[in-house]
Amino acid sequence: MGKLDGKVAVITGAASGMGRASAIRFAREGAAVIVTDLNEEGGSGTVAECKTLGGKAVFQRVDVSSEADIKGAVDRAVKEFGRLDIMFNNAGLGGATGPLEKVTRENWDRTMAILLGAVFLGIKYSVPELRKVGGGSIISTSSVGGLRGSGYLAAYCAAKAAVINLTQSAAIEYGHDHIRVNCICPGGVNTPLIYAGSKGGYEEAEKNMARMQPIPRAGRPEDIANMALFLASDEAEWITGTAMVVDGGMNTGNARFRLSNLANAGFSGPSYTRGS
Amino acid sequence: MGKLDGKVAVITGAASGIGRASAIRFAGEGAAVVIADLNSEGGEAAVRDCKEHGGRAVFQKTDVASEPEVKGLVDRAVKEFGRLDVIFNNAGLGGAVGTIEEITGDNWDRTLAILLKSVFLGMKYSVPEMRKLGGGSIISTASVAGLAGGRGPHAYSAAKAAVVNLTRSVALEVGKDRIRVNCICPGGINTPLIYNRLPGGRQVGEQFLAQLQAIPRAGHAEDIAAMALFLASDDSEWVTGQAMVVDGGLTAGGRLFGQDQQQRPTIPGGFAGPSFEKN
Amino acid sequence: MGRLDGKAAIITGAASGIGRATAVRFAGEGAAIVIADLNAEGGEASVRDCKENGGRAVFQKTNVALEEEIKAMVARAVKEFGRLDIIYNNAGIGGAVGPLEQITVEDWDRSQAVLLRGVFLGIKHSVPEMRKAGGGSIISTASIAGIRGFNGLHAYCAAKAGVVNLTRSASLEFAKDRIRVNCICPGGINTPILHRNMPGVKEAMEQWMAHGQPIQRAGHPEDIANMALFLASDDSEWVTGQAMVVDGGLTVGSQFLDQTAGGERPQTGIVPQGFMGPSFEK
Repeated sequence: MGKLDGKVAVITGAASGMGRASAIRFAREGAAVIVTDLNEEGGSGTVAECKTLGGKAVFQRVDVSSEADIKGAVDRAVKEFGRLDIMFNNAGLGGATGPLEKVTRENWDRTMAILLGAVFLGIKYSVPELRKVGGGSIISTSSVGGLRGSGYLAAYCAAKAAVINLTQSAAIEYGHDHIRVNCICPGGVNTPLIYAGSKGGYEEAEKNMARMQPIPRAGRPEDIANMALFLASDEAEWITGTAMVVDGGMNTGNARFRLSNLANAGFSGPSYTRGS
Repeated sequence: MGKLDGKVAVITGAASGIGRASAIRFAGEGAAVVIADLNSEGGEAAVRDCKEHGGRAVFQKTDVASEPEVKGLVDRAVKEFGRLDVIFNNAGLGGAVGTIEEITGDNWDRTLAILLKSVFLGMKYSVPEMRKLGGGSIISTASVAGLAGGRGPHAYSAAKAAVVNLTRSVALEVGKDRIRVNCICPGGINTPLIYNRLPGGRQVGEQFLAQLQAIPRAGHAEDIAAMALFLASDDSEWVTGQAMVVDGGLTAGGRLFGQDQQQRPTIPGGFAGPSFEKN
Repeated sequence: MGRLDGKAAIITGAASGIGRATAVRFAGEGAAIVIADLNAEGGEASVRDCKENGGRAVFQKTNVALEEEIKAMVARAVKEFGRLDIIYNNAGIGGAVGPLEQITVEDWDRSQAVLLRGVFLGIKHSVPEMRKAGGGSIISTASIAGIRGFNGLHAYCAAKAGVVNLTRSASLEFAKDRIRVNCICPGGINTPILHRNMPGVKEAMEQWMAHGQPIQRAGHPEDIANMALFLASDDSEWVTGQAMVVDGGLTVGSQFLDQTAGGERPQTGIVPQGFMGPSFEK
């Protein structure tokens, strides 16, 4: 008997890396999975792998910065499998990099749309469906970069920090619906996002990343999939609003130095405008 | 007009380093200061420094781990200057060092007595005096070693983390009495505690500590004194329960890729797209 | 001698509340100030307040969400005062409020544009001028809503958390240029964004907000101005990458078995006086 028997999950960014590992893990535990990604080839590969393991899966092409696409992914889950229990907002990229002064506003906005706006949309459209089935689990991929700053990755870090706080706010709002909202903060995980840009490829990245944290091996997508499975399953029934760090100890410290209730929806403008 | 005119402050560990720099800064801003330390010679020198800066000061020999002596210290402030507005629980040491297996139970206890019990005692005996005045400011020296692991010896790290959270819980209790409770988390400060143990002394400490954090110079006792002055003054009237980090950026984080600040990877400007796209 | 003598500062959102109190405080310490705001009437009044306090000040109408206007604001400081030492990215709004499902994408984007992009732009365009001056201090207004979740304030919470961590990452990049980057996390401050200058409301808020935190009075713009002054002055020369909480103790935690932090402790009878032993002891 699987830990997710009878449950239906949407996973974004599931064509590769953590998303793919999670889709496979979820399928093996009995879930039906909507594999979403911009990358159709990789996505179809994930679906095939889920099926080989005896699970149910379909691919849906999704651009997470598009509101219609996110809504479409949730609709597809309901149409295909009759319900939605788990939403895993995982799709990501490095975004605007390099010296902050050289970051253009366009790249800043694109980064925010994909890393932060997509999480907002994923929550927004999954909540009504989760409520119908009496509760559910929303998981998002944040990062250790959301807990601390990092030079030359400012946009990524700012967005990931915002994901953590959005997780907390949403957890407070939907607790009474038994909808749990959590995020995961991976450390140095060797995914295609990393090793595709590394000269020595996967092997070299594996070697270099082994030195980045107390536990001397690189993080694997499966490490994150394990945490996602836990948060998706009923074992985590009393866990909400958390940022779960999975980083081999990287965030524990610096190894180098050994030694209201706003009931009304609306928009609150600047202070000199009266009322809201 | 000084920022601490008319106020009376007790500073422990004021014979040297952060305590002495704070005493001088407080005196320059009009406070009367009780210099508390085990080191009489340095304490008397600190008194002279304070007087040169136009303030009043007296020395009281104090072992901060001894309850009667901390009580005596607070009494001295009241006897000498008629009141107590500010206490800066600053006295410290490195304490038990070595691996967890090497640390003896006795050394553990001694370390915690000086770094943690002393702060408790300082709070316990200053609160009644401050309440009489309708408020006050309690400041303690914690450390960046109290915020994460690996930045100091085990006992020291544990004690400093405890100081941070003691600060929070006491702040909740005495807020209604307008007594504010805060601590400061210094990073690598070049004080005698550090440089007296380095071959080459102060100058080597200056060079070594300059490399630890984002701002490329060692921390100085005066950096902490400036924060202590802010917390002691009425400027921070609405600040309580906080651990103020003064560390040149040490704990702001590191670069995700590349551990050594000396080997800064130059990430090109631009946009890192999804992994399936070729650059 | 003032603590900011000879320094030039920009403060956004300086027509009212925290920004205005800070402008007045900075002016009293010798700084020359560019008052930036969308609200021209309030901005001109702030200029007069600064001058009365002995400082120099000019008003520059600025929408912080627009890159051109931020650029023009920095250029104005240099044109008017010859340099830029301090920028305080303070302008803010409540943004999209209410249940998350009802937030429109447009309101979400507008909120982020003012609260997070405005800070990014302020840092981006002030850094080159500060580098010329051999260093400087960048301060931003975050919020305790950037370190905790608050129901119904999703867009604000997410943006302010972004400001906190942007502060950290930017501090790492500019430390070598002696440019310090810090932010302030205010708690419940009784400013016009809440009381809207409506008659009687300010006083009512003052009373209501007094019970919101361990220190039993509402926060005032001047409380934040004091912290901003510390961060702007050379007293904080070794402080960077920090989020300074000024909240009367609100986020410290909650009193054990007590919902009203800082209030009179209810007699629950559960917490014994003295020492609480292990559970197997009677």
